Amino acid sequence: MSAPIAGSSGTQVPVLKLGTVLLVTLQGDLYDEAAEQLQRNIGEAIAASSVTGVVIDISGVEIVDSFLGRVFAEVAAHAKLLAAQTVVAGMRPAVAITLVELGLTLPGLRTALNAEEAMRLLSPASTPLHHSPARQESP
Amino acid sequence: MTDTSGRVTACLPIRSDMDLAWVRQHVRQAAAQLGFGLVDQTKLVTAASELARNTLVHGGGGQVESTVLETGAARGLRLAFSDQGPGIPDIERALGDGYTSGGGLGLGLGGARRLVHEFSIDSRPGEGTAVTVICWTAGAPRPREESR
Ligand SMILES: Nc1ncnc2c1ncn2[C@@H]1O[C@H](COP(=O)(O)OP(=O)(O)OP(=O)(O)O)[C@@H](O)[C@H]1O
Ligand SMILES: [Mg+2]
Repeated sequence: MSAPIAGSSGTQVPVLKLGTVLLVTLQGDLYDEAAEQLQRNIGEAIAASSVTGVVIDISGVEIVDSFLGRVFAEVAAHAKLLAAQTVVAGMRPAVAITLVELGLTLPGLRTALNAEEAMRLLSPASTPLHHSPARQESP
Repeated sequence: MTDTSGRVTACLPIRSDMDLAWVRQHVRQAAAQLGFGLVDQTKLVTAASELARNTLVHGGGGQVESTVLETGAARGLRLAFSDQGPGIPDIERALGDGYTSGGGLGLGLGGARRLVHEFSIDSRPGEGTAVTVICWTAGAPRPREESR
């Protein structure tokens, strides 16, 4: 079904590869150290195999502060360099409300209601052939 | 700062990222016990996480003192973060969104201020920084709002 990718490092964050999508499920409170370790693991996993998308499931996360928000943003930026998209799934309403007031907008991150919807967003089969906006190279 | 009716419930060290997690857990429990709703709990824990991380990263470590306040029907939680670090030379600038002296986003201090009801900061270059925040519960159930 799925194979654990990273896990030897002592973090208890499962990183699974489903097809070409990495599914990362965060649970509870993450130490800063563990979050940074996770960021490295995801980076390695993307580099090591053909990954087209990363789903970070945060339905089990009670708070997102600027540190964790930055980890998400950096994962997304890293993934983008390797042509993979990142979706943050399952953010709790209380967390979303708090992030707005904190001023953390998570630019470059797509969101989805839950992990399934995120997987659907990232699966090539179901992505409608939308017209990509006219190519604009910034000067 | 405010009234003396407070009851200090905990004084927690802030010396490592594990301490940050412990501070978050303590604040979550204290807020839940006081009857804060889920959104308010989340705001307070997030503010505490930002301030505790500043204490650790910028202040070189310190502590937080947690106090339960009771004034009439209103109940609140006061969190006083303090360190003996380098202090903040320009507080107004540090409170502004986007200002960071390190690799941060510069959101922590200003964001934490927006997430709580009362916020005060005292910082002296070379001596340290103290940031105190208070959140109040909604208090006694409000009388039904009358239509005007
Ligand atoms: N306890 C402290 N001691 C010394 N300087 C501090 C302290 N707290 C904040 N500062 C200063 O204020 C600046 C702004 O703090 P703020 O929390 O807003 O941003 P940040 O910590 O740099 O980034 P982040 O968005 O990750 O929190 C810091 O970069 C730092 O220079
Ligand atoms: Mg900060």
